[in-house]
Amino acid sequence: MPINVKTAGFATTIQDLGRPGYYHLGIPMGGAMDRFAMRCANLLVGNDEGAAGLECVFMGPELEITEDVIVAVTGADLPPKIDGEVLESWTAIKVKAGQTLSFDYLRSGARGYIAISGGIDTPPALGSRSTYPIGALGGVDGRAVQAGDVLPIGSDKGTVKADQSIPSNLRREPGAPAELRVMPGLYWHRVTKAAGQKFFDETWKVASEADRMGYRFQGGSPLEFVDREPPFGAGSDPSNITDACYPYGSIQVPGGTEPIILHRDAVSGGGYFMLGTVISADMDLIGQLQPNVEIKFVKVNMHTALSARQERAAMLENVRQALA
Amino acid sequence: MAKHEIRSQLPGMFYRKPSPEEPNYKEIGDTVEVGDVIGLIEVMKTFTPVSVDTAGKIISFEVDDADAIMPGQVLAVIEG
Repeated sequence: MPINVKTAGFATTIQDLGRPGYYHLGIPMGGAMDRFAMRCANLLVGNDEGAAGLECVFMGPELEITEDVIVAVTGADLPPKIDGEVLESWTAIKVKAGQTLSFDYLRSGARGYIAISGGIDTPPALGSRSTYPIGALGGVDGRAVQAGDVLPIGSDKGTVKADQSIPSNLRREPGAPAELRVMPGLYWHRVTKAAGQKFFDETWKVASEADRMGYRFQGGSPLEFVDREPPFGAGSDPSNITDACYPYGSIQVPGGTEPIILHRDAVSGGGYFMLGTVISADMDLIGQLQPNVEIKFVKVNMHTALSARQERAAMLENVRQALA
Repeated sequence: MAKHEIRSQLPGMFYRKPSPEEPNYKEIGDTVEVGDVIGLIEVMKTFTPVSVDTAGKIISFEVDDADAIMPGQVLAVIEG
C-alpha cells in the first residue's frame, strides 16, 4: 500500500545511504546529506539503516498514508503533524491508514529525514534508490518527488517499539557558529601564509547557492596566491590547476573568492585548486546549514580527523543500543 | 473581518516583484483571491512563489523587497 504525495515541499527527494563505487566514472555517491539522521530515522521505524526514505529541505511534504505504518522524522527540527496535530521529531510515530503526515514550520537545521516502516520501494539504480536528478538516476523516474506521486512501500517491516525516541544527547545539530573541521590539502602551498591564516580566522556565511552538489560560503577575505608559472593546461587564473580528482568534502575556491564544499551529488573532477577537505565526521553538519548562517573553518590534522570519525561511529553505536 | 498572517515556509530572500524591471505583484490595499501570488522566495538557486491561502485585502507587508527571511516569519497580513 503506497504513500500518496499531496504536496511535495521543496526539493524533496528519495535518498538512502547512496551508491558508492562509481565516482571515478563521474557518478557521485549521492545519498542523504545528513547520513546520521537518515540512519536514525530508519532505526526508529525498524528498517535497515540503508533503507530509502525522504530528504526534505526547509519545508516538509504532505503525505497521505494508506496503511498502518510507523513513521519517524529526524535531522532538522521540522515538527511532524499527523492530521494537524504537532508531534515530536526523533520519535517513532504510529500512523493509521487514511491519516495525513504534514509538517509545521522549520525551527532549526535545514534537512528533515522521513523514514517509513518498510522503506520506500522504488526501483534501485546502480545499487541505490537515492535520487541524482542531473543523472536521472534513482528516485521517482530519476527526479525529485512531485505532487501526485505514488510512492511504493516495502512489505518487509521490522519489529519496533512504538513511541521510542532518540535521547536528545545522541542527536546532533550544528552549533552557532557551526564549526567545520578541515584538513589542509595538496594545494595548500598555493595560498600565502597570511591568506591561509585568515581563512581559518574569519567567520563565513552560507550563501544562497547551497545544495546537494555543493555549499558555497561568503563573507571572508579573498585569498592571496603565491606567484607561479601556470602548469600545463591550468590557465592563468591562480585558482586553476591542471585537472584533478575532487574528493567528497573538498573545498574549492574559484577565483579565490568564495569557498565551495563539495557534497553528496558533487562533480568528481575539474580544474579548481582545493584548499583542503572537510573531515568525514563533520559532513553531516553541512546538510543542516541554512543560508546566511555563520560558520568557522577549524584546522585539524589526520589524528584529530580519525578520532572524530571514531567518535561519530561510537555515537551511532549508542543510538543502536538505545533502540535495541 | 479576521486578520490572517501569510508566513514563509522557506528561508531565503523575499522579493515583491517577478523581476527587477517589473512592478510589485501586489500593493497594500489590493484585494487577493486564494492562490494569488504576492512574492517570490529565492533559495538554493530556485525562486518559489508565495501564494495566499485566504481571500481578502492586503493590509500590510511585514518584510521589505529583498529582505532575508526565516521559516515561519510573517510576510504579509490579509484582512478577510
